[in-house]
Amino acid sequence: MSKKKSPASNSGPESIDLVATSHAPADPVSPGAAPTHQDHAHDHHEHPGPTNFLTRYVFATDHKVIGIQFLVSGLIFFIVGGLLALAVRWQLAWPWTRIPVLSSMMESQWQTKGQMPPEFYNKLFTMHASVMIFFVVIPILTGAFGNYLIPLMIGARDMAFPKLNMLSYWFMWPAFIVMLVSFTVPGGAAEAGWTAYPPLSVFRHSTPGSLNGQTLWLMGVLFAGVSSIMGSINYITTVLTLRAPGMKMFRMPMTVWSMFITALLQAFALPVLTSAIIMQLLDRTIGTNFFIPVGASVANEPGPVGGGQPLLFQHLFWFYSHPAVYIMILPAMGMVSDILSTFSRKPLFGYKPMVFAMAAIALLGFLVWGHHMFQSGMNPLLGATFMLSTMVIALPSAIKTFNWIGTLWGGSIQFTAAMLFATGFVAMFVIGGLSGIFMAATPIDIHIHDTYFIVGHLHYVLFGGSSFAIFAGLYYWFPKIFGRMLDERLGKIHFLLTFISFNCTFFLMHIIGLRGHPRRVANPYIYQFLDNPGVHFMNEFMTVSALLMGAAQLILIYNVLASLVAGKRAPDNPWRANTLEWATSSPPPHHNFATIPTVYHAAYEYSVPGEAEDFIPQTQPLANLAPSPALATSSHA
Amino acid sequence: MRYWSLLFLVTAALCVGSFVYAMFDPNWWLLHNVSVRSPLHFGAEIDRLTMLVLAITGAVFVLTMLALSWALWKYPASPGRVAQYSHGNHKLEIVWTLIPAVILVFLAFYQMGSWADIKFRSRRPKSAPLAQVTGRQFNWLVRYPGVDGKFGTTDDLHVINNLHIVKDQAVLIDLKSQDVLHSFFLPQIRLKQDAVPGMTIPVWFDVDTPGTYELVCAELCGWGHYKMRGLLTVHETQAEFNEWMTSALAEQNQTQPAGATAPDAQASDPATTATDPASSTVERS
Repeated sequence: MSKKKSPASNSGPESIDLVATSHAPADPVSPGAAPTHQDHAHDHHEHPGPTNFLTRYVFATDHKVIGIQFLVSGLIFFIVGGLLALAVRWQLAWPWTRIPVLSSMMESQWQTKGQMPPEFYNKLFTMHASVMIFFVVIPILTGAFGNYLIPLMIGARDMAFPKLNMLSYWFMWPAFIVMLVSFTVPGGAAEAGWTAYPPLSVFRHSTPGSLNGQTLWLMGVLFAGVSSIMGSINYITTVLTLRAPGMKMFRMPMTVWSMFITALLQAFALPVLTSAIIMQLLDRTIGTNFFIPVGASVANEPGPVGGGQPLLFQHLFWFYSHPAVYIMILPAMGMVSDILSTFSRKPLFGYKPMVFAMAAIALLGFLVWGHHMFQSGMNPLLGATFMLSTMVIALPSAIKTFNWIGTLWGGSIQFTAAMLFATGFVAMFVIGGLSGIFMAATPIDIHIHDTYFIVGHLHYVLFGGSSFAIFAGLYYWFPKIFGRMLDERLGKIHFLLTFISFNCTFFLMHIIGLRGHPRRVANPYIYQFLDNPGVHFMNEFMTVSALLMGAAQLILIYNVLASLVAGKRAPDNPWRANTLEWATSSPPPHHNFATIPTVYHAAYEYSVPGEAEDFIPQTQPLANLAPSPALATSSHA
Repeated sequence: MRYWSLLFLVTAALCVGSFVYAMFDPNWWLLHNVSVRSPLHFGAEIDRLTMLVLAITGAVFVLTMLALSWALWKYPASPGRVAQYSHGNHKLEIVWTLIPAVILVFLAFYQMGSWADIKFRSRRPKSAPLAQVTGRQFNWLVRYPGVDGKFGTTDDLHVINNLHIVKDQAVLIDLKSQDVLHSFFLPQIRLKQDAVPGMTIPVWFDVDTPGTYELVCAELCGWGHYKMRGLLTVHETQAEFNEWMTSALAEQNQTQPAGATAPDAQASDPATTATDPASSTVERS
């Protein structure tokens, strides 16, 4: 290890940012991960983990165990949500026919010779979306990867509030339980869509799922939201106060930046959702009228007093749920940025513009909620301003996409499974981003609003985007998390099959949506304009592809399980990456680092000319006079 | 393994290809537009904007995917290959910020006029509403004011799931709901507007070809949402429309003598509407 000094990043103690709590006073002359500091006895405490099974694996306060808990429950619910989606697809391709397994299971309850009742179809898509959003994508991205990676990547021993962290996971369980139980209550699970628009969701006799299921749904979302609030406060505090010496904000990897910005979004947006959910609960249970107008009633019942406004709920809901869209994509963007840079063996192109683009997305994300409500009856004048803000928010996404391609350009690209999924993310995000422009344009939205066009768009962002990033992150960090390598060959087959079947499932939705195919209809062929060979073919083709995509995930399940048991032992830094999590063992010890590392430069020093290796861990000073990466885009352009 | 880049290239080609194929297959593509040669021709306007955005996004898509595939093809790891060391490029950042910014802001402003024409309340036809259309699980209740031109009187004509209008005439509809949200969607006119209980929302459009067109409920409204299908019947001439109305009124009087309670009189008569702030003060003033 060279001790030649790099003036920009390692010229003396004053260059090292000490805003972080100083576990280890900065000592730039003897850097590194090796425990050579004999003078800092504090850092040589052994930090044995709890030995009791319960405190170690169940009521754990270790961020790594909590991350794994979020990951495992998230992946289990991924399967549940996926199966619900397959039943939706089956019904759209072959309406009212018997569904394998499901029909036999439900035969006695449906009393229809295995035909799905229409309200059950509504439950399927409602619960599919709710499970995927509240139990899978958000918890895996922020709960699993955020929890696991933030302390490791900033060089901390744990989260700022480990007990709060534990609580944030255990608040998910009441949510899991009420959502699952809601299938068994009279009337069954909620069926007002994941958007839960009143009055459908408030009138108990508007549809079977609103009888009891909706109340449980609201409670489930409430618990999941509280869990996220706890997590976000923890992440913000951790990033602000527990960074290792030398880890300036602009030396943090994009993953940490994205988790930090996402946590800010959650902390500001979730209280609004929580209040909206509580208002709807009160409307349903004690007879308030926040969302019920005068004179509305269902099923010839006498209407309630009224005086409320259904659109109020939509405003409150989307004030959270539009930022939630970014909560579900920003961490994915951050993780993909890190993976692309590692496997291109090249610094991330435009690090600072990437950070600012993310911050811009977060800020603008609070100003675009109305684009979900262009046709809602909201004053159309507002639609014009929301169109402008929505068009503008496409800009930072475009900047990020170009920078990702810039990162690949001129690299030395290693096509690992993680890299393939990360590249797949970029490609699919291009489609998801561009199709968003159609909906942002208010006149075009008049026609395609609430059609399959939007279903295609959101799945390109949430599956082709967020879920591909989850897969990429899993292949990338699995060795660190579990100390075993995943099988790369199986990983590539998994990518190939998932990528092809994903596109076959979702791309035609744009076309079918332009035709006018509405979403959330149990049988589209009621309409003559849809009952033709073209639409039948597209729906059947999408369903078959979706079934194949589901089957392709069996490869991942097998790969994970087999590798856990018999995978190759993972070295500390299998991908030869720079960030701090690779500077400790795989899996990391109870308190992450034997010695709190000192950070000398930003995360993306790959292929630095004149260096022996094509990567320089953040714990290791640059040998040559390389420009300070933090200033790179201004001084090196 | 640079061949992975072909996967992205082929996928992009198939995406473009499926759109090109769809345009030539009437069973796949946008429905025949019947709001093209009429005075308002909203449908033509929306289709024109859709094609414009499709062309722009299509071009951006092709270029981006070509760049991505090229990078994957050109720069795979190989023995001896060293990646370029670059943290970015200021000029490039500015270029690829400004160009999309100009396109996006242009698109936003370019669309505003059409949006205003179709939806701004100030642009609605000055004529009296032709009919009230009220969503109720799972039907469209259509009410014509009858001879006296007033809604809520005994000579109103009530029709279920069938809205009759005259070709090339700009019609104004008062859209309401009695229970939950619905959405009034005419795919062949490219028109959609949610119906919200407690609000009366004006909707206006015209059609250039006589015929029968499907009316879709596009907002989830309960277990029977999927079957909330209505029709729009467009008559060739006013005389034909009047003829239809006379016969429909006669039929209604036969089965339901004048003065009897109308089937949907509960929530949509003026007495109730007057106490309803959203509809009486905001929309109708």
